[in-house]
Amino acid sequence: MKILYFAWVRQKIGYAEEINTPPLNVKTAEQLIDWLIGLSEGHAEAFANRSTIRIAIDQQFAEPNDSIVKAVEVAFFPPVTGG
Amino acid sequence: MTVCLQEPPFDVGLEISRMTAERKDVGAVASFIGIAREDNPDEGAEPVIAMTLEHYPGMTENQLLEIELEARKRWQLIDCLIIHRYGRFIPGDPIVLVVTLSSHRKAAFEACEFLMDYLKTQAPFWKREETETGERWVAARQTDNDAASRWATKT
Repeated sequence: MKILYFAWVRQKIGYAEEINTPPLNVKTAEQLIDWLIGLSEGHAEAFANRSTIRIAIDQQFAEPNDSIVKAVEVAFFPPVTGG
Repeated sequence: MTVCLQEPPFDVGLEISRMTAERKDVGAVASFIGIAREDNPDEGAEPVIAMTLEHYPGMTENQLLEIELEARKRWQLIDCLIIHRYGRFIPGDPIVLVVTLSSHRKAAFEACEFLMDYLKTQAPFWKREETETGERWVAARQTDNDAASRWATKT
């Protein structure tokens, strides 16, 4: 699975993407975050305040409870600020 | 119907001329241009020296296309254009252009505003500002969410 980070989430983690295979019991975006925060201090810091994290699964906005089981690409980022 | 994600600047006059050329059915053209500003009191008192817009390649284009499709479902548009730039900007630089064409002004005005409101909350862009004291990520504004959600009940 490709995991992408943008804006300050990327800065806190220290890189923009990683290819990773979470354990089989990781089934939702929220559970993926639970697992990711164990990977490094940067991950833990990036996900410290989950209400500020937005999720996209295969480039579609998603909710924490949405399944990532069949996902190819999951992205985490702050609320968007374009325009 | 066009969506462009690009680094270089755009020429508003040229874009509108292209869209209206050889047409006799256009009665109204509405446009919005978003420009990088020097002041951002929401984030602090220091003037903004420059701003960098980051985006999510792939998803950004898809979201812009979806937003455009939604506008065309809701209003009778003859044509519309969204150009959104990314990269580094200084105050005064144009960042986004939305142009809508319709027979009568109401559809063009409303669709233009809708496109901007939706774009601000649905397109994956992030702004980072540079000031004399350092850099900061711009926080999302509740007023932008409110602006987008007021369209939710309208058809």
